[in-house]
Amino acid sequence: MNQNKKGNGMLSYLTASPYILWMIIFIIVPLAMVAYFAFTDSNGQFTFEYIKSVGQYTNIFIRSIWLAAIATIICFLLAYPVAYILTRLDKNIHSTMIMLVTLPIWMNFLLRTYAWMTLLGNNGIINSILGFIGLGPYKLLNTQGAVVLGMVYNYLPYMILPLYTVMIKIDKSILEAAQDLGCNGAQVIFRVVLPLSVPGITSGITMVFVPAISTFIISRMLGGGSNLLIGDLIEMQFLGNSYNPNLGAAISLILMVIVLIIMTVMNQFDGDDDKVLI
Amino acid sequence: MEKIISLENVALAFDGETILNNISLDIYDKEFVTLLGPSGCGKTTTLRIIGGFLEPDSGNVIFEGKKINNLPPHKRNINTVFQRYALFPHLNVYDNIAFGLRVKKAQESEIRTRVTQILKLVNLSGFEKRSIGRLSGGQQQRVAIARALVNRPKVLLLDEPLGALDLKLRKEMQIELKKIQQSLEITFIYVTHDQEEALTMSDTVVVMNNGDIQQIGTPQDIYNEPINAFVADFIGESNILDGVMRKDFLVSMHGHDFECVDKGFNDNEEVDVVIRPEDIKITTPDNAKISGTVTNVTFKGVHFEMSVKSENFDWLIHSTKAAEPGSKIGMNFDPFDIHIMRKTKVRCCDNESE
Ligand SMILES: Nc1ncnc2c1ncn2[C@@H]1O[C@H](COP(=O)(O)OP(=O)(O)O)[C@@H](O)[C@H]1O
Ligand SMILES: [Mg+2]
Repeated sequence: MNQNKKGNGMLSYLTASPYILWMIIFIIVPLAMVAYFAFTDSNGQFTFEYIKSVGQYTNIFIRSIWLAAIATIICFLLAYPVAYILTRLDKNIHSTMIMLVTLPIWMNFLLRTYAWMTLLGNNGIINSILGFIGLGPYKLLNTQGAVVLGMVYNYLPYMILPLYTVMIKIDKSILEAAQDLGCNGAQVIFRVVLPLSVPGITSGITMVFVPAISTFIISRMLGGGSNLLIGDLIEMQFLGNSYNPNLGAAISLILMVIVLIIMTVMNQFDGDDDKVLI
Repeated sequence: MEKIISLENVALAFDGETILNNISLDIYDKEFVTLLGPSGCGKTTTLRIIGGFLEPDSGNVIFEGKKINNLPPHKRNINTVFQRYALFPHLNVYDNIAFGLRVKKAQESEIRTRVTQILKLVNLSGFEKRSIGRLSGGQQQRVAIARALVNRPKVLLLDEPLGALDLKLRKEMQIELKKIQQSLEITFIYVTHDQEEALTMSDTVVVMNNGDIQQIGTPQDIYNEPINAFVADFIGESNILDGVMRKDFLVSMHGHDFECVDKGFNDNEEVDVVIRPEDIKITTPDNAKISGTVTNVTFKGVHFEMSVKSENFDWLIHSTKAAEPGSKIGMNFDPFDIHIMRKTKVRCCDNESE
């Protein structure tokens, strides 16, 4: 018996080893390098200087968290009903609907965002149409609203998919049991579907919030110069005039820590729910 | 007794395929009614129509004198114990049972009293904090029953509630359920494909086949006076032979005339003759009109089950005496053990549709 178990352990260890190697080369090593650059100066001397100087960008950090949070919330509010309706549709058209939902992902990210520039510009399509009925032009492009719109548009599918995946697994008879016990349509959603889709909610939030907080293309193209986000700041340290990889690494490290904290807090909710299950 | 639910000519088709074929059924207050029939005959569908999860294509569903065809489930004073329990995985035992009362905004103190009381009734006191995943099948079953009963419905619907339990537990639960039904005086509409379960528990048995009701009656009626060969065969193993009614009280089958106790058929009408395995008496071949060769003998605990082959029929016999396999025996039966039935509607309809 025991030997058998040991044999299985060895086997699983062996089959896992390529992935472990992969993780070391492409995740652990780069992370270690980021940390190394963040705590050294250009001569390789250990220093806290760069970490400390990240403090001057606090307002950019706050703006990034704020805009990413708003985009995530909007994505959730839009995606939840869509995912729920998808699960209620006839099984035969599920895959077609999922394809339609994910269609925007298939188009190049830059192209999608450019498209919004031409829509939102002062001479863009939206303002032209408004002009016809005697309104505007409104400043739509280069606003925080445009940045949030870009985030929502680009990341919405990543919220819908995990929600759909979790909801489709909820047994129909559980929903019928709720109706049987007196729930109307809304009560079924709030008392049963919502609590049972928590795992989908947390992974959806993660998959939208993390890319949104570190994006730089969306803010550059739709936010103009005045709505700099952390992503832009980091990019500038590596590719811009203010070349400073050590500062770039320090900002990245702090961003990572912040995301990690937010995710841990959120998984706590998820975890609490699991404890109720046990 | 007062009628509580009536189905009047209820019909339903899925994708053009008839599932329920003009069903009519009266259910009385405080009655234990069982819908019995083979898998796929429309039992669950009938139950879902009563629960409000399906709307019939035609006909009426009447609850306490009011037509409720399209009243949604949450507005019906009816609760269901679902086939696979359908407990809420995110709630513990207490919260599962309290669910219905909370939806109806009952006081927490009253909820506590009622949940505690019902947990005691189903023998689960002390399990309040348990999560659903850590209950055995039998315990989940009890939670499902408690979750429905705590709402004090007028009618409880149960869809094969014991189907997933092992034999011993099933027998225990049958007795408990019957006790609960009698002590709470709630109408139970119970679905099963197990004839023994139906006969043990019910006040009234409704035998269904192919979306039709075959017979409605007490367990004794159904067992002793099956209305046609299908019911006779489904309710217990039976020997069903083709026969011809010579005249009142005389039937011909297997090449011989037999006295019987049935009358009212046309002379020379073709009929089904049903003889229960336990009603056949074994004797020597020259003492009986019909004789055959024993092909198989199995000991069943209380009796022996024997297969006997005669010229043109395979007989099933239950007897406390065993015969040697290969030996020739004679078979006798009393006139009142010969049950004569009209050729069934089922058979004629099957032929028409083919
Ligand atoms: N949603 C549905 N769509 C199509 N056919 C169905 C559906 N539900 C049940 N049926 C069919 O209706 C018939 C009766 O089903 P059901 O009432 O579940 O039978 P039972 O409970 O007696 O086993 C079966 O032939 C089944 O295939
Ligand atoms: Mg069924």
